[in-house]
Amino acid sequence: MPCRAGRMGGWRVSTDSAGVHLDESKSRVDDIAIRLRADASSRRVALIAFATAIGWLLVGSGFGEVSSLKMHIPDLLVNEAWLTFGRVRPSHLNAMIYGWASLAMMGVSVWMMPRLLHTELRFGSLAESGIWFWNVGVVIGIAGILSGHSDGLEWLEMPRYIAVPWLIVGGGMVGVALLATLAARRAEHLYVSVWYIMAAYLWFPIIFVIGNWPAWTGVESAATNWFYAHNTLGLWLTAVSLGAAYYFIPKVLGRPVHSYQLSLLGFWTLAFFYALNGMHHLIGGPVPEWMITTSIVASGLMVIPVLAVGINHHMTMVGRFTALRYSPTLRFVVFGAMSYTAVSLQGMFTATRAVNRVTHFTQWTIAHAHVGVYGFVTFVMFGSIYYIMPRIMNREWPSARLISWHFWLVAGGLVLYVVPLSVAGVLQGLVLLDPQAPFERSVQAEMFGLVTRSVAGLVLTVGHGVFAWHFWLMTRARGAERTISPFHEVRPILFVAPESAPIAVNTVADSSGAVSVGRGGPNR
Amino acid sequence: MTRTWLLMIGAFATVAFATIVLVVIPQTMLMHVTAPPELHPYSAVEARGRDVYIANGCVYCHSQQIRDPAFTTDVDRGWGTRATVPADYAYDRPHLLGTSRTGPDLINVGQRLPDPIWHLIHLYDPRAVSPWSIMPAFHFLFEVKNPRDVRPDDRVVPVTGPRAPAGMVVVARPDAIALVQYLLSLKREYPVAAQPAGEGRNVHAMP
Repeated sequence: MPCRAGRMGGWRVSTDSAGVHLDESKSRVDDIAIRLRADASSRRVALIAFATAIGWLLVGSGFGEVSSLKMHIPDLLVNEAWLTFGRVRPSHLNAMIYGWASLAMMGVSVWMMPRLLHTELRFGSLAESGIWFWNVGVVIGIAGILSGHSDGLEWLEMPRYIAVPWLIVGGGMVGVALLATLAARRAEHLYVSVWYIMAAYLWFPIIFVIGNWPAWTGVESAATNWFYAHNTLGLWLTAVSLGAAYYFIPKVLGRPVHSYQLSLLGFWTLAFFYALNGMHHLIGGPVPEWMITTSIVASGLMVIPVLAVGINHHMTMVGRFTALRYSPTLRFVVFGAMSYTAVSLQGMFTATRAVNRVTHFTQWTIAHAHVGVYGFVTFVMFGSIYYIMPRIMNREWPSARLISWHFWLVAGGLVLYVVPLSVAGVLQGLVLLDPQAPFERSVQAEMFGLVTRSVAGLVLTVGHGVFAWHFWLMTRARGAERTISPFHEVRPILFVAPESAPIAVNTVADSSGAVSVGRGGPNR
Repeated sequence: MTRTWLLMIGAFATVAFATIVLVVIPQTMLMHVTAPPELHPYSAVEARGRDVYIANGCVYCHSQQIRDPAFTTDVDRGWGTRATVPADYAYDRPHLLGTSRTGPDLINVGQRLPDPIWHLIHLYDPRAVSPWSIMPAFHFLFEVKNPRDVRPDDRVVPVTGPRAPAGMVVVARPDAIALVQYLLSLKREYPVAAQPAGEGRNVHAMP
């Protein structure tokens, strides 16, 4: 192993820092056996979760593109009630949040936890049923929205009596399986990813029930709405995605996380401050002023977890950026981690009254949401799936070129989505603040951003199509069998052959680059 | 960290704390907010119209809140005469405060645009009255009939000009009529107590 590593320039794996020595090879053999058993226990559940998640990604892309087109071609598809903008748009959000992101996260959770806990997934069939329950809930929920039965609260549109119970039960089944796995753990130390994931499965049902509780009236309904909606992002999507980033960055690099203390600080401050953020969606609104102020202050204090997590992720990367050329997992996850830092800083800035005065009620918010849910969460999920699937199928990804296309389409599409739309939002907000300007000028001011968004949406949708097609090929076992023994997974291959010699596509697209990590890394 | 219980109890404590601060305490404070005498509960037709508003996602483009004149220009824009307060929403379940102003604020639209005919034409085809509008046309809330088939109790909508269906008559369905009734009911211009100019939009709800 050391001699191979030595040839890779920036890719050198420091055996000392990783604490791996040849005389430990016996325990490494045991570790690998444990890991193979862990992977075998979760593969079916994870595969179902990923396959259905990607189905929702395509459905959600369709809804998103139609919504976007309707904003600048308002006479498009106006004769059917179910195709009206106000039904298609929430269908997009629900398909993406509860369909794509949540199911992908469940797949990542059930796959990572047994590995991190050095045991097999417990109650695997319960978790599998949970995934199906969840899917049924999302189908019913979106059918409810399209047929005009929305509950009317943003992020909580799915009918609370006929759709939501499926999600609570389904998510609960997955959560119980994870909890049972945690209880049966053979690893003593709980790696940081475990904290985030287990906390997320505790937090989500609590906030989801509060959000859907039917008793809230008036401004209290607004307060609980945004308490929930912001926490879905903070305590569910962010928590699991950070857990995944904390696993894959050090895992692929073969380098321990920069600082254990920082990860502790980041976790607990995120838990404490994020949960108090929601009211910044109501700045200036008719809710008690102290609630809004509390959330603005908590939003500012998010600087602590964001910097802690950011330093931890980015410092782990420093000096290893060459690896981004080889590992698609790393490329997507690091893009996601950078988006997390960016979107969090942008969020703090947006939560200040001075900025919010301009940006509230504008397209700026929509662009910001996409940096978070897409640039961060979705990219981390893409990267995770690139890593996990070769281990589920025991095959390499069939095509390095398709991975490359996927990356550049979605990264380019995201930039094209976010930058013009943010500018459009600011211009729109400035017009709205000018009482002399007729309202139509705000529509004209944002128009270019609405059009570029439709172009960007198309690019993203094509990217998703490439990814879904590649995933399909993968499940049809079209890739090469994984030939490198797990004992020598030092080569973080992927887009470019580490050696300059030309290598056939199939071997280039070698798994997602894995280095077994020593003490301090996620393996422990 | 090696202790599961510490993790789970700690994680529970943080979300419980936030729930107490942002859900439980406000609930105990806001439960004493009563509707002003000028504000009436929604009638059956208005409530049906509100359901149509929710079902068709009007909230994704229209807010229903006026912010403090000291903070923004909502009032200067003519969307209301004062900032709205919690009591203004005493009958709203769910709330429809909204987070987007792709279209104008509607909390006082009944005051600003009191003509039901205007609303019906606008819902059938927004560009028949505002050529710059990007609001979707809600054709499915209307029937386009041959003039021969119009019944005496039909609510005919006088759409004119190039956007009118040639040789046909537009008739509002009950959902469209209810939606307009709801929009016309949106008026929050009565004075509210304890509201010193320029600062206290929330005084009403403070303990």
